[in-house]
Amino acid sequence: MANLIKFKIDGRECMAEAGTYIVEAARQNGIFIPTLCNMKGLHPKGACRICTVRINGRLMTSCTTPVTDGIEIESESADITELRKSIIELLFVSGNHFCPSCEKSGNCELQALGYLYQMMVPRYPYDFPLKDVDASSPKIIKDQNRCILCKRCIKSIKDENGRSFFAFHSRGNHLEVVLDEELAANMTDELAELAMNNCPVGSILVKEKGFATPIGKRKFDNQPIGSEIEG
Amino acid sequence: MSKPVIATTSLAGCFGCHMSILDIDERILQLIELVEFNKSPVDDIKTFTKPVDIGIIEGGCCNSENVEVLRSFRKNCKILISLGECAIMGGLPALRNGIPVEECLHEAYIGGPTVQLNKEHILPNDDELPMLLDRVYPCHEVVKIDYFLPGCPPRADLIWDALVALITGDPMKLPYEVVKFD
Repeated sequence: MANLIKFKIDGRECMAEAGTYIVEAARQNGIFIPTLCNMKGLHPKGACRICTVRINGRLMTSCTTPVTDGIEIESESADITELRKSIIELLFVSGNHFCPSCEKSGNCELQALGYLYQMMVPRYPYDFPLKDVDASSPKIIKDQNRCILCKRCIKSIKDENGRSFFAFHSRGNHLEVVLDEELAANMTDELAELAMNNCPVGSILVKEKGFATPIGKRKFDNQPIGSEIEG
Repeated sequence: MSKPVIATTSLAGCFGCHMSILDIDERILQLIELVEFNKSPVDDIKTFTKPVDIGIIEGGCCNSENVEVLRSFRKNCKILISLGECAIMGGLPALRNGIPVEECLHEAYIGGPTVQLNKEHILPNDDELPMLLDRVYPCHEVVKIDYFLPGCPPRADLIWDALVALITGDPMKLPYEVVKFD
């Protein structure tokens, strides 16, 4: 490996190739930093801020910040954990996240982060926005109630010509991720499955696939999110 | 010292949380050694007969009666616990939030595909019936709630641990498996 550098996360000595984004460098060193908009293999954009860390007294998103030689990163201090928890709570109140009736429950990253930070109740009032469910395409359901606008689907689900199946539509409070009708008509099963799995919440669902895994055997039923990294 | 007194109620809920209270299985024998039940569907006492230490609320507020019962719980209980998703965030009844009440009633009693017998298109209007609220409210948006136990239903172990912690004053353990939102 070329150009290995040393740095510290919460006082722990770590090593990674220079220029690696902090989230990935942490992962390589067995340290979990939560992400929602970021995903391995996608270009980071630092939108959800859940991966916020403190470097030299400044709060930065660790998915967009590369490691440099000798930096000291603060990730799990009490105030950063509290900040991350408040982001999760804001996401819960700004959409309609009815976990008991959600097909993604147990496999949902937003919910798993709620568990990780022991969110018993959000500190903010629920918004209950009126949102649509688009079930018009043959393979998938796009439920706007649960969408957190992370853009993972837009960036990762593309056809052979590089065209995205999903796109942002409208702006501000009305911003939503919509599915391209024409492209969706010819979506393969594999791509539909990938879209559902890449979605950190239950906003993209493959039709007739809900509740396939029984309670107790789902991804985050017994193991907290990040435990596969921290071991 | 007299035993701590517990009261429970189900507002806009399905009684699943109460089922989960019963799901503590044989520990219910220990529980009646530890506490005394007052107003609750468990013993069918309808009104408060003494000051209560711990009030357990299942379900959110969807009508005027729910608000009245919740306020009487706040008045009569030292500690109030929101038990389950409906009490905490409205739960499934809150799926109607954002849809005007008139539209909901129309769907349920007049225009719904399974409505056939209501030929005179009557909406329930008896004075005895509680009024529907404009939306379903989480309990803590109506009165002060002291503790929250999530789950649909909350796991029996979570309810048991919380009650034991409150009664003994010991800190709660909260293992990963018991705090769930579904």
